[in-house]
Amino acid sequence: MTDRHQVRLRVNGTEHELLVEARRTLADMLRHDLGYTGTNVGCEHGICGACTVRLDGAPVRSCLVFGVQADGADVRTVEGLADGDELSDLQQAFRDHHALQCGFCTPGFLMLAEAYFAERGLVPPAGPGRPPPGAGEEPSEAEIRELVASNLCRCTGYQGIVAAMLATARARRAAGPG
Amino acid sequence: MGVTGMRVPRKEDPRLLRGRGAFADGFHARGELWARIVRSPVAHGTVRAVDVQAARRAGGVAAVVTAADLPPGLAIPVRLALRGLPLTDFLQPVLAAGVVRYVGEPLAVVVARDAYAAEDAAELVDLDIEPLPAVLDAAAAAGDGAAGDGAAGDGAAGEGAPRLFPAGNVAADVTLDYGDTEAAFARAAHVAEAEIEIGRHTGVPLEPRALLAEPDPRTGGLSITGMTKVPVFNRDVLAAMLGIDETLIHVRAIDAGGGFGVRGEFYPEDYLVPWLARTLGRPVKWAEDRAEHLVAVNHSRQQVHRIRAAFDAHGRILALADDILHDNGAYCRTHGITVPELTVAMLPGPYRVPAFRGRIRVLLTNKTPCGTYRAPGRFEGSTAREQLLDMAAGQLGIGRAELRRRNLLRPDELPCRRPLRTLGTDVVLDAGDYPALLAAAQAEAVRLGYPALVARERAAGRRCGLGLAVFLEKSGLGPQETADVVVSKTGTVHVYSGGTSLGQGIETVLAQIAADALGVDLGTVRVVAGDTALQPFGSGSWASRSTVVGGNAVHAAATAVAARARQLAARMLEAAEDDLVAAGGTIAVRGDPRSAVTLAQIAAAAGAASGYLHPGEPAGLAARRRFDVTHMTYPYGVHIAVAGVDPGTGEVRMLRYLVAYEVGRAVNPALVEGQLRGGVAQGIGGALLEEFSYDEAGQPLAVTFMDYLMPTAAEIPPVDVLVAQQAPAPGNPLGVMGAGEGGISAAGAAVASAVRDALGLAGTVGRLPLTPARVAALAEATMTPQAGQPHGPSTGGDLCDLHR
Repeated sequence: MTDRHQVRLRVNGTEHELLVEARRTLADMLRHDLGYTGTNVGCEHGICGACTVRLDGAPVRSCLVFGVQADGADVRTVEGLADGDELSDLQQAFRDHHALQCGFCTPGFLMLAEAYFAERGLVPPAGPGRPPPGAGEEPSEAEIRELVASNLCRCTGYQGIVAAMLATARARRAAGPG
Repeated sequence: MGVTGMRVPRKEDPRLLRGRGAFADGFHARGELWARIVRSPVAHGTVRAVDVQAARRAGGVAAVVTAADLPPGLAIPVRLALRGLPLTDFLQPVLAAGVVRYVGEPLAVVVARDAYAAEDAAELVDLDIEPLPAVLDAAAAAGDGAAGDGAAGDGAAGEGAPRLFPAGNVAADVTLDYGDTEAAFARAAHVAEAEIEIGRHTGVPLEPRALLAEPDPRTGGLSITGMTKVPVFNRDVLAAMLGIDETLIHVRAIDAGGGFGVRGEFYPEDYLVPWLARTLGRPVKWAEDRAEHLVAVNHSRQQVHRIRAAFDAHGRILALADDILHDNGAYCRTHGITVPELTVAMLPGPYRVPAFRGRIRVLLTNKTPCGTYRAPGRFEGSTAREQLLDMAAGQLGIGRAELRRRNLLRPDELPCRRPLRTLGTDVVLDAGDYPALLAAAQAEAVRLGYPALVARERAAGRRCGLGLAVFLEKSGLGPQETADVVVSKTGTVHVYSGGTSLGQGIETVLAQIAADALGVDLGTVRVVAGDTALQPFGSGSWASRSTVVGGNAVHAAATAVAARARQLAARMLEAAEDDLVAAGGTIAVRGDPRSAVTLAQIAAAAGAASGYLHPGEPAGLAARRRFDVTHMTYPYGVHIAVAGVDPGTGEVRMLRYLVAYEVGRAVNPALVEGQLRGGVAQGIGGALLEEFSYDEAGQPLAVTFMDYLMPTAAEIPPVDVLVAQQAPAPGNPLGVMGAGEGGISAAGAAVASAVRDALGLAGTVGRLPLTPARVAALAEATMTPQAGQPHGPSTGGDLCDLHR
């Protein structure tokens, strides 16, 4: 007899309500129960970061979070980045800098970057919300490389990922506070 | 203007960036059941009982299957059977029966309503296995003792070493040779020898494996999602094992989260999941977790080389000999002895080697079975050969680069047919200028400031070294590729390729080739790679073959479609074909642009009821072409690396890395660079970080990413790339060579060379990976009196000195 709990959450602005076992991971809940298959599971023990999503703004390894922990939360996944047919500036930068090959790690890197940029007030050009005071600081390449070292990529060697994130940060900084 | 040769953005990117990649685990079928494999916890043991009673009674369980439930005698077949060697004694059963031979070997499968229930029930399967002593060392398996002299094996295990099989532990003992090596060694002015070991590691793609098998009760057919690399071969193997017609099985095209040689071979799960679906009449889904992946998927690389080279008084190689022990794990799976054979056949590299003898023994041990991993045999062989040459250079008093220069084959010596056969074909070094690329690489390294960086580091009192490796690669393996190009009524050009999408950008490259052959916009081309119904004659994506063999097949098919379009347009426009001009996806009468007809209109003119078709002529604007190859093509390159070494902690930091690579012709230079950079990253991982080690009982010690260390952005420097397109491949109309393995192939050698230079070693580094412990020990050894004549770190100047 398995215990099931009600979870209400918002994913990319859409409300969801479902019943899940206490031990069901947020990654599995998003992927298999709610159909957001863009978030990938690479290791299930919190090292590769492919499963990174934003939980109330913060980047988390969704394989290490239980679905029930997301009750009442605002979750952002890769599916929420593009605007219809138009890729976000960060997604376009990934494309321009050949920052992906197989694409399996890509959603995790995109969400990691967006969380990091949000913390620094580097919101997308048309993005909502006010940046926090003292925000909009451009990270150095070393800082970006350190951020990128949080997640694994097996295909690209990371150079394109670093370049894409750096280019996006610089462009958003130049565009000014949102 | 054509798009071949341009850095066009990838067609794959929009869906992958949106999280719409077609990775297998994202697929579901209504009513699906989930499978979970029960794996041996013991490295070697006699299976007394597999008690599934408790598991069968567990909640949500539909079935629990053991070997007794399967048709008898099922084994994983060899896909690449070489040298007529029957390896039937060493094949892996789909499910272990009386004996288990490695930790992780499948023993049973649980099928349940969801993945969590299946995993719960799998833990209830009670295994009664009586442990047997484990064989964990290739030398022990070979009976080599401490200093084996390479006596011919007779298949027997070494004295005292347990036998994995009745036939022993030696799966094969293969020698490739030419010339009189012993005479050369006898008269040599100098002989260099070394023992070099490469540690066990492998591809570890970021996506774990997954499969969905959906039975169609109306036709008796099966749809499979999750097979890749060689889908037609896998389909045929599965069909034969199930006893059904191969066309009843449809392997779907998917996205794969990296292949690297290890994903897509036929594993036990590739039989079990479809068999369960057919047997239960329900879709069956399966996904492995990372811990399973690290013990279940092919390992690679583990070899010990005893390598020797004979030199004349001028440092020219007279002979090269190598005696290799290859640890193949517990079974011979689909690759048979491919990796061992390649190791030996490619060992001479791009050098002039008048006499050669390479012997390799393939040993079976109680570890995960092995197969190919990106640049198989070459990562290993280049490490051994280039380390030996580095050491010999020091012994001979010749610069490391100069020693290469004296021994690299010159352009006028090509084509060079080596009296060696691998993968069923002769090794014929077709085209190139190896010395010129070496010089270009050295010049680029100087321009980028590598020697200056080394000098600055040393001046600051830090250990820093410059590494060099020159290598030969292989690509474009045959026997063939088949491509269909079909133009539909919207004017869309569909390309059905026998390759598969592994992340390499195959859809983009093949679209570029097709677009140029047809003179259409890249956006009108749509490539499907690896669907066995759309392309039943594909040979797959592996061995860096898809651009070479697949690309030329697409070129031929698209060219045929262009010719057919012209023929039809002539009928439509009532003009002679010679009076037509094709441009921008239309064909018009010369001098009358208003007469232009589009590809869509021409496709309609080829429609089934069209009056433009002659009697008996088949309908459709389409062509299927086959490109066959008898010889591979051989790209080549140079790696130059800068490594900083902390002798106290043993930490190695790669500071700079240059890959210079001749690719013949780059269809998409950005993709070529991406392959090279990605390969370097994996190579650095194998050189410094990654290793599968085992305890005395054969328990694997690296089953998570805590212990199997994957390189992050902190470990991989920015990689400089110099792509040369000076030597178009003579064997194919597009002049292309493969690039998939050029970044990893010599990375072990280059990193070892840099570390050796940093520490001023007289001998070789001895072993990869160069872990901190190993490097610290090497550093300490250089400071003891027994270190012998100090070599001293080179200035790095010999590497970039162009005036000698």
